[in-house]
Amino acid sequence: MRADLKIIQQWIEPDMRVLDLGCGDGSFLAHLKSEKNIFDCGLEIDPDNINLCLQAGVNVIEQDMNKSLANFRSDSFDTVLLAQTLQTVERPDILVEEMLRIGKKCIITFPNFAYWRHRLKLVSQGNMPQSSALPYEWYDTPNIHHCTIKDFDTLCEERNITILHKTVVDFNHRSSFLMNLNPNLFGINAIYHFTR
Amino acid sequence: MAKRIPADSVGIVSPELFHFDEPLELRSGRVIEQYDLMVETYGELNADKSNAILVCHALSGDHHAAGYHNPDDEKEKPGWWDCCIGPGKAFDTNHFFIVSLNNLGGCAGSTGPSSVDPATGKPFGPDFPIITVRDWVKSQARLADRLGIHKWAAVIGGSLGGMQVMRWAISYPDRLGHAIIIAAAPKLSAQNIAFNEIARQSITNDPDFHAGRYYDFNTYPKRGLMLARMIGHVTYLSDNAMRDKFGKDAIEGNFGRDLRSGKLNFSYDVDFQVESYLKYKGETFSHSFDANSYLLITKTLDYFDPAVDYNFDLSKAFVDSQCKFLVISFTSDWRFPPERSREIVNTLLKAEKQVSYLEVEADQGHDAFLMPIPRYIQALKSYLGCVIEEISGKEGKPDAG
Repeated sequence: MRADLKIIQQWIEPDMRVLDLGCGDGSFLAHLKSEKNIFDCGLEIDPDNINLCLQAGVNVIEQDMNKSLANFRSDSFDTVLLAQTLQTVERPDILVEEMLRIGKKCIITFPNFAYWRHRLKLVSQGNMPQSSALPYEWYDTPNIHHCTIKDFDTLCEERNITILHKTVVDFNHRSSFLMNLNPNLFGINAIYHFTR
Repeated sequence: MAKRIPADSVGIVSPELFHFDEPLELRSGRVIEQYDLMVETYGELNADKSNAILVCHALSGDHHAAGYHNPDDEKEKPGWWDCCIGPGKAFDTNHFFIVSLNNLGGCAGSTGPSSVDPATGKPFGPDFPIITVRDWVKSQARLADRLGIHKWAAVIGGSLGGMQVMRWAISYPDRLGHAIIIAAAPKLSAQNIAFNEIARQSITNDPDFHAGRYYDFNTYPKRGLMLARMIGHVTYLSDNAMRDKFGKDAIEGNFGRDLRSGKLNFSYDVDFQVESYLKYKGETFSHSFDANSYLLITKTLDYFDPAVDYNFDLSKAFVDSQCKFLVISFTSDWRFPPERSREIVNTLLKAEKQVSYLEVEADQGHDAFLMPIPRYIQALKSYLGCVIEEISGKEGKPDAG
């Protein structure tokens, strides 16, 4: 399992209702289902992924989270998850608000744009950063709203969001001394667990 | 010479008539004292009777969902859902026991308006009571009892068939494991009802209708039925589907305006292929379908609205449902468009049920649910693959959890 998901699953308790926005092939929900007996619900728009979800016995709804999540009732899930997708959505701030409305607790993971290699690439070479976390060219990237750990902290502060846990990990989703010292400079992937 | 039957076909099948003596109390308050149901089954029922799937038909369907009846007729078309039912197909008869019946009020062998009323010795005609989806499902539950099936592995249907699936989840919340609702709606819209009313008017205004007692006059409202089917058929197709179907040999962008005889006639006869096709479809249908059954089933559609018993909150109707749901819609379906399926999905989400939803890109309109559209068929296969695992888990293997 992806290491960020390994970290996330500690925050999922048995029998929880979990909504996974952009659930991909459904393997994480399937894992939580068999390990923790969760009530699973995934949102996905890619037909191949949707089929893989069905094969895995995961509940999947074909719906674009950019359009609306109004069909999900307030407080209807224990945890709403958005993994590696925040930077691709049209309005991350609105989505975060919607996640807080639907879920009692939320989990978001995203690539930290302020990682030192990204900064170096921009400053020294004058090119848009690329890394294994950001493997795209500037013209074909699905990442339309890059954000940094500092930016997300600011958003949480502005919106009165309580951060329950915050972790940064490297390419292999491991944490290190440097990352803990200066997460915004050394962290590649950010993982937030938050509520209101 | 016997015809060649594809390897993934259920082959030659024959229907079976089930007679029921116990009176059936209907939603309308009326009672059917006794009735017959014409049934076809495919595959084998397993020892613990846990592998049964009920297939529910739509307006003009019947019990003959798969395979062939006549070993000698090479032109015979297979049953209406043959693309889904068979060994190795989505509803895999190597694993499932599939039950398909002609609903009450129909005209393919089950008791309906064209059946003889034992009390009078004459066909019921217009005296046959209006049957609702709830009544159908009640009669289907009795059939399940008769077959010894307490719980269906899945109940599956498209269009009006999907409405029966919803009703199953409401009326018998613990008697199905999975509910697969395809190209359906939680209730008809005014536009849907309007099309049904035009169909009914064309039948009842046919001079051969004789207030529904046409059997006594040895005739039937052929022109009315043709018209009814023609208008219905247009609503089952999409604009694009018709452009493709009737624009085969023509220049690009001819909008499906292929001519019947290569030139305009400057008369009121058939000019375009589409006209001749509709006429043919209407004509074929008028030979095979009873007008009173058509009237009745359009009413069944119009009356479907399970929310009425729940203060118009459909989510409350599903409170007790124990099954998982799969809802599928098709992008070009304008009879029951994707928004209507999303209403069902949102209702189920509100009721905190397990639901999956697919919006399949398809040009075929409402009829798409009968077509072998790869993404759609694959989805059914994937979903039912898990159902097969569930069943085989129950049969012998210890529980994984």
